[in-house]
Amino acid sequence: MTPASSPQDDGAIAEIISAHAHLEGPLLPMLHALQEEFGVIPEAAHAPLCKALTITRAELKGVISFYHDFREKPAGKHVLKICRAEACQSMGGTALAERLLAKLGLDWHGTTPDGKVTVEPVYCLGLCACAPAAMLDEKLIARADDARVEKALSAKNIGVSA
Amino acid sequence: MKIYVPMDSAAKALGADEVAAKLTQEIAARGLEAEIVRNGTRGMIWLEPLVEIEKDGERLAYGPISEDDVTALLDGQIDTLGKVEDIPFFARQTRLTFERCGVIDPLSLADYEAHGGLEGLKRAIGMSQDAIIDEVKTSGLRGRGGAGFPTGIKWDTVRLAHAPQKYIVCNADEGDSGTFADRMIMEGDPFTLIEGMTIAGLGCGATKGYVYTRSEYPDAVAVMQQAIEIARAAGVLGPNVLGCGRAFDMEVRVGAGAYVCGEETSLLNSLEGKRGVVRAKPPLPALEGFLGRPTVVNNVISLATVPVIFAKGAEHYANFGLGRSKGTMPIQIAGNVKFGGLFETAFGMPLGTLVNEVAGGTASGRPVKAVQVGGPLGAYLHTDQFDTPFGYEEFDGQKALIGHAGIVVFDDTADMLSMARFAMEFCAVESCGKCTPCRIGAVRGVETLDRIKEGDASAIPLLEDLCEVMTDGSLCALGGFTPYPVLSALRHFPEEFAPNTAQKEAAE
Repeated sequence: MTPASSPQDDGAIAEIISAHAHLEGPLLPMLHALQEEFGVIPEAAHAPLCKALTITRAELKGVISFYHDFREKPAGKHVLKICRAEACQSMGGTALAERLLAKLGLDWHGTTPDGKVTVEPVYCLGLCACAPAAMLDEKLIARADDARVEKALSAKNIGVSA
Repeated sequence: MKIYVPMDSAAKALGADEVAAKLTQEIAARGLEAEIVRNGTRGMIWLEPLVEIEKDGERLAYGPISEDDVTALLDGQIDTLGKVEDIPFFARQTRLTFERCGVIDPLSLADYEAHGGLEGLKRAIGMSQDAIIDEVKTSGLRGRGGAGFPTGIKWDTVRLAHAPQKYIVCNADEGDSGTFADRMIMEGDPFTLIEGMTIAGLGCGATKGYVYTRSEYPDAVAVMQQAIEIARAAGVLGPNVLGCGRAFDMEVRVGAGAYVCGEETSLLNSLEGKRGVVRAKPPLPALEGFLGRPTVVNNVISLATVPVIFAKGAEHYANFGLGRSKGTMPIQIAGNVKFGGLFETAFGMPLGTLVNEVAGGTASGRPVKAVQVGGPLGAYLHTDQFDTPFGYEEFDGQKALIGHAGIVVFDDTADMLSMARFAMEFCAVESCGKCTPCRIGAVRGVETLDRIKEGDASAIPLLEDLCEVMTDGSLCALGGFTPYPVLSALRHFPEEFAPNTAQKEAAE
């Protein structure tokens, strides 16, 4: 059973859909706006999206599940993205990621039990000349090392065990 | 006094915002008459945050500057690097596309015009559609996204197509590791992209444009959106472009973390709000593109180069370069290098010169082992291939590609079997799933490389066979080009795939 949505949520969903309805190819902008508002693509938005765009639920599910960015389950309060791409690998990015995951006790895509942080892989942040790179929420960290990332995490009250 | 502190995301990731905040605080405390300008980056990333101070008509560079250096900087206790234009890495470049990047305030249209902006568009407005397309053809400009298709021919196909609505779509889905030129120009000189797209619109008879970029580039998205609003308010965009009576307008769209959406047909599906699945060609996007209508899909750098071609003339541009690779290429030097950044130069510079001289070798100080050129689908080149001039055909001759011109340098600690495995793993994660060679082949590729790592020599011919199927049978470059890094690693570093080494390493 999915929890029933509140009337406020339904209002916000309807507002987001109508705000983007005039665009050509409006689905991705709608999904981004919904996730910005709710942190996930709420299931309560599925039926109104399908109705507004005359698409089936299967088509909608297909789109949501295709893109790495869209969530159906909420992430932690903060999201740490660590670049796994080649330029970062050439500067020790793989080992950095492994150490940070171990310290947080997580695997890729995992969330700490206190719900504070989710760690996700990212393939290139465009900081390849100052690798390795990471991003905590929207804050970019170049020449990332344990100290720099841990400092950024502790600024968000996220503890890291040594 | 003007103080320039870059707002480019690489500079910000190295502390530029903190430097700017501290400067603001110190300027107020000291009662100085100084204006802080947030410019783009000059592209010398190892010097970021690179602060420039303009005083008495002279603009001097200091860097890298940290928050803690600000007091000393204002006290005059930090030595200058001199003028940016005199720093060897910069002095050696030919800046055409990136001429203004890092020089101007990216969001000042007045600054843009004072540095030659809109000259190209003004000239194009006085030209017929035929003449606009001929100018692009004469310039020899080829697609800077990687495929190298002649831009003028693509535009002509769209111009000649009959449809009530045509589109200019800018592919700003810069997902290749080692590349950041698109991001840099969007953050550092966004009006040049707007101007280039508008000229494309006038030439092809398209009135609407889209910039499709990445969610991983939030700063670029914000700067582009602001620049579009400024251009619209100034009448550069809108129903009456610079009063010429013709319309062109554009908007920014943001992807959602799918690498394959950098492939043009997958991008178009994504823009339409569908899964980013690759379309079979034909029909060409130039005839049936966005919403089934004629569409130019060009890379950021191709479009951002159009204004300078129109401002200075096609011949001027075509005079640079080598053979069929005309003009300049913004080469992005990345990975394990001493001097990383953007180096715009005429085609033709040998790879070894770029790596050993321009990039100054590795950051680690260890010997260079391999260089991956052209992103995750580009080949690993061995130092034996360092004579290869930087050009489309020249790299093709080495079973390599220049792609979007990112070069990633690795030192001798790189494990080439792991790099080959990563290429297959990445393809498996990012495959759109439409064609079997890519969807299944990438997964089998990871398994086959694991067998090789465990010492199974019989898996090597199997890997070669699999790569052949992926190359010949994949619908797009994701599956079709993944064999480039895999086979080049195997070909140039066979000892790392040999059973004894592999077994030994596995046992360790």
